[in-house]
Amino acid sequence: MLEVIDLEVRYGSIAAVKGIRFSVAPGALATLLGANGAGKSSTLLAIAGALPVAKGKILFDGVDVTGKKPEQMVQAGLAMVPETRDVFPDLTVDENLRLGAYTRLRDKSGVASDRERLFALFPRLQERKEQAAGTLSGGEQQMLVIARAMMARPKVLLLDEPSLGLAPVVVDQLFAMIAELKALGTTILLVEQNATKALQVADSAFVLRQGKIATEGRASDIAARQDLNALYLGGGM
Amino acid sequence: MTTVIQFLIDVLSLGGAYALMALGLVIVYGILRLVNFAYGELIMIAGYVLYLMSGSGLPWLVMAFMGVLAAIATGIATDYIAFRPVRAKSVTAVLITSFAFSTLLQNAALLLVSPRPRPIPLPDLFSTTVEFLGVVTPARNLITILAAFILLSLFLFVMRYTIIGLAMRAAATNFRMARMLGVPANLVISSAFAISGLLAGVASLLWLGRIGSVVPGVGLEPLLIAFIATVLGGMRSLEGAVLGGFLLAFIDTGLNYLLPQDLLKFRDAFTFSFVILVLLWRPQGLIKGPASGDRT
Ligand SMILES: Nc1ncnc2c1ncn2[C@@H]1O[C@H](COP(=O)(O)OP(=O)(O)OP(=O)(O)O)[C@@H](O)[C@H]1O
Ligand SMILES: [Mg+2]
Repeated sequence: MLEVIDLEVRYGSIAAVKGIRFSVAPGALATLLGANGAGKSSTLLAIAGALPVAKGKILFDGVDVTGKKPEQMVQAGLAMVPETRDVFPDLTVDENLRLGAYTRLRDKSGVASDRERLFALFPRLQERKEQAAGTLSGGEQQMLVIARAMMARPKVLLLDEPSLGLAPVVVDQLFAMIAELKALGTTILLVEQNATKALQVADSAFVLRQGKIATEGRASDIAARQDLNALYLGGGM
Repeated sequence: MTTVIQFLIDVLSLGGAYALMALGLVIVYGILRLVNFAYGELIMIAGYVLYLMSGSGLPWLVMAFMGVLAAIATGIATDYIAFRPVRAKSVTAVLITSFAFSTLLQNAALLLVSPRPRPIPLPDLFSTTVEFLGVVTPARNLITILAAFILLSLFLFVMRYTIIGLAMRAAATNFRMARMLGVPANLVISSAFAISGLLAGVASLLWLGRIGSVVPGVGLEPLLIAFIATVLGGMRSLEGAVLGGFLLAFIDTGLNYLLPQDLLKFRDAFTFSFVILVLLWRPQGLIKGPASGDRT
């Protein structure tokens, strides 16, 4: 479904991602792990078209989408929740959700039913739908950005540290929800600091270290490794 | 009592025109964080289109419509010619290209028409006076109030309830996130320029309706007015632009009423002093507008 081939991402002369290769099968949930500054966000942003690809290719559903604009990627069926948790603060919760469905203007009934479904999933958002998004709590904003991304009914969803800054109970709810999205058939690429949780829901995992893939495999295998922390931090290299 | 009503009509009609001018400038600024220095020329273009059509025998409303259309087209052209090619480069580059485009349009008017003022056709209604609530006032003033009211309501409706309006508001706070939801950057920007042209076009009819003629440099004053009004109201907020427009009109008109005859020619100095006072008190302008915001 999603294939990343020898991807390189640079900020000026500094390479943040140095030629990585991985793929995510349709309907699968892959997780991208790694320490701070490993290049996880850069990878996701490049896939979403929000950062230029310095080298390499990105295939979406078998089609080369390298160099496409972010809006074209959404049109193609990709949605991303960036780690900056960007709600539009002056817009209401409902308006934020409406924008999430920007690419589905003609599918009025589908949008309406998705909105109901998401409200059932996130009752707190429904209670606050007329409220300015900037006045939501951090956790509620996180729910909103995920729900907003789902309004596009994406084939592939990129999540960048969705559990960041959430209370443990909320994190549990969040992961339950991610599992639910996967059950609905969405292909998911999940970036997480919370490796234990991520590995529980994921099918496959990639560990990124200083812009390169240090190790990869089935999530259960990676979770079983004793040296996971060392892998992260680059011990032994 | 009649003085109060007279004053109110004067403030509202001047403020209506100012508010439209300010809104047209700030709609582009809000999204691109760039002042369009060729904005005054949108007002000029609409005036010249009216002048050039004056012999055509068409009904005035048709000519007015064409004038507004020309302002919209020029607004969109500003984006394609002055902004789009250099937008990703640097703020300075865009400032220079928009100045250059402004100069280009003025010189075109200078060469193709004349450096001297040219009369524009106006409907008889503009020059008649009417009695309203016991006050005799030019019908033009009431038309201005009505036109500004209609256009501001329309604008409000579009920004609040239509998807493109929502997309523009979203893009004004966080352009990148809006694009990551599928909102096409170019569509949002072109729409902003088109709306800017529409507002400038209508403001032009109302403004030039007061002056009665058009010269190549006629756009400078509206640009200044729009700029001061937006700084006053808060550069980042649409409500602020409208508020700033009316406030500036209030100050101008108030001074017209209060200042003795021999001080009246220094009115602008007084106005600017007021503006400086307001800014000392609220450096961000009266309304702060949305928080963050990168332009990409
Ligand atoms: N806008 C930028 N300009 C310059 N360098 C950047 C920029 N963004 C990221 N970098 C650098 O690129 C590298 C990778 O950053 P990235 O944000 O992709 O890491 P990450 O794995 O997402 O980290 P975290 O877990 O902290 O979110 C880092 O060294 C970072 O300093
Ligand atoms: Mg990151």
